Amino acid sequence: MIYLDNAATSYPKPKRVEQAMVNFMNNIGASPGRSAHRLSQEAGRLIYQTRENLAQLFKVNDPLRIIFTLNITEALNLALQGILVPGDGVITSSMEHNSVMRPLRDLERKGVKVEIIPCSSRGEFDPESIKKRIKKNTKLIVINHGSNVIGSILPICQIGEIARKHGILFLVDTAQTAGCYPLDMEKDKIDLLAFTGHKALFGPSGTGGLIFGERVNIKKLIPLKRGGTGSWSEFEEQPDFLPDKYESGTLNAVGIAGLNEGVKFILQEGVDKIHRYELLLTQKLIEGLKNIPEAIVYGAEKREDRVAVVSFNIQKRLPSEIGLKLDEEYGIMCRIGLHCSPASHKTIGTFPMGSVRFSLSYFNQWEEIEQALEAVKKIAKEGRKLK
Amino acid sequence: MNKSEEYRVVLFYSTSAAIKAESLAKKENLVVKLIPVPRNLSSDCGICLLFRSQDKLVIEDLLNRGKIEYENIYPI
Repeated sequence: MIYLDNAATSYPKPKRVEQAMVNFMNNIGASPGRSAHRLSQEAGRLIYQTRENLAQLFKVNDPLRIIFTLNITEALNLALQGILVPGDGVITSSMEHNSVMRPLRDLERKGVKVEIIPCSSRGEFDPESIKKRIKKNTKLIVINHGSNVIGSILPICQIGEIARKHGILFLVDTAQTAGCYPLDMEKDKIDLLAFTGHKALFGPSGTGGLIFGERVNIKKLIPLKRGGTGSWSEFEEQPDFLPDKYESGTLNAVGIAGLNEGVKFILQEGVDKIHRYELLLTQKLIEGLKNIPEAIVYGAEKREDRVAVVSFNIQKRLPSEIGLKLDEEYGIMCRIGLHCSPASHKTIGTFPMGSVRFSLSYFNQWEEIEQALEAVKKIAKEGRKLK
Repeated sequence: MNKSEEYRVVLFYSTSAAIKAESLAKKENLVVKLIPVPRNLSSDCGICLLFRSQDKLVIEDLLNRGKIEYENIYPI
């Protein structure tokens, strides 16, 4: 079996992720931040350690400015719904995932002005184009760092610079880059960094979070949920300090125990090394696909400007047919269709059919890429016509 | 912890802040311990950080450097 669906959820994980989760279930088990006994404290320390490790990875000064969520969708919803009120303006790109587009469309109905800046059909985004769209009421720019359809990298640092100059907050969706592409809250001028645990950070599903830069006023950001936090228990109002304000209800401690080990693994290996290795594999994959006459590969070619997500089609064939054959006849797992991003597929010209997507991880081997290419070649040669 | 010594506790607004303070203190080899907040000090169910009274200035400095907001320090 060859797993090439890491942009959805990475698999396998480093062994220590599973071990930490089993250890938590067997030896810690308790609620973090709720009771004062030693097991609760142990759980609390583990959560804090995870914040510290994430802080090291993303260059965050205060680990308590990192809050945990169920996944990046929840983190993005918190940021978008917590910041934007009717009358505000928000700028985004035409390559966003539905985790950004759907909350924005909902906010648009409620009176938020949404400006969508088109990317080129190769997924390129011109940061200068933002300047013309900035208005008096523009409060936020939200951009995905790496495309989940074609793997292109958006120029967040330049966008962040523009946002900072105009006093606008900058929210970055790092679903496809956190853990496998260098990220630095300060250098990249990010005000809010949303991340998910179950992709390149090697955590289990059910983990993710949001990081608040120094420019974000916590007093003004409305939480999605309110409830028990283990603090301020004498009051019936939500606390207004971090991280409790946005962490109502018991955290997914066993999941975070796994995420912690995923992040430690990345810190030990080094993001640069992971990125370089994934680029090598991706380059080989793209070269191989381009040598198949029937294949059409989408997105930017520049090797250093991408993550390990590659979309392609085979002429006159449906992605669903290719995906089914890859799974059933070759044991290759990939994702076909629209990848929760109709906007991206409209931008690259593959809507509504979508594409076949191979997404790689640090654990993929060159032999697997060769076998996948061989399978695509054979399927392409079968040449069944679209009915 | 030595029984003959005098101790104080720092009360925090959140347990995360208490754990952060513990983590910073341990990195500087200070003798600290997380304990339940004594009932006479608060009606809350949280934890506080116990330390030796002689370390009061060092602990206060540590809290300031770590930008940790705390409610107060009490002798116990």
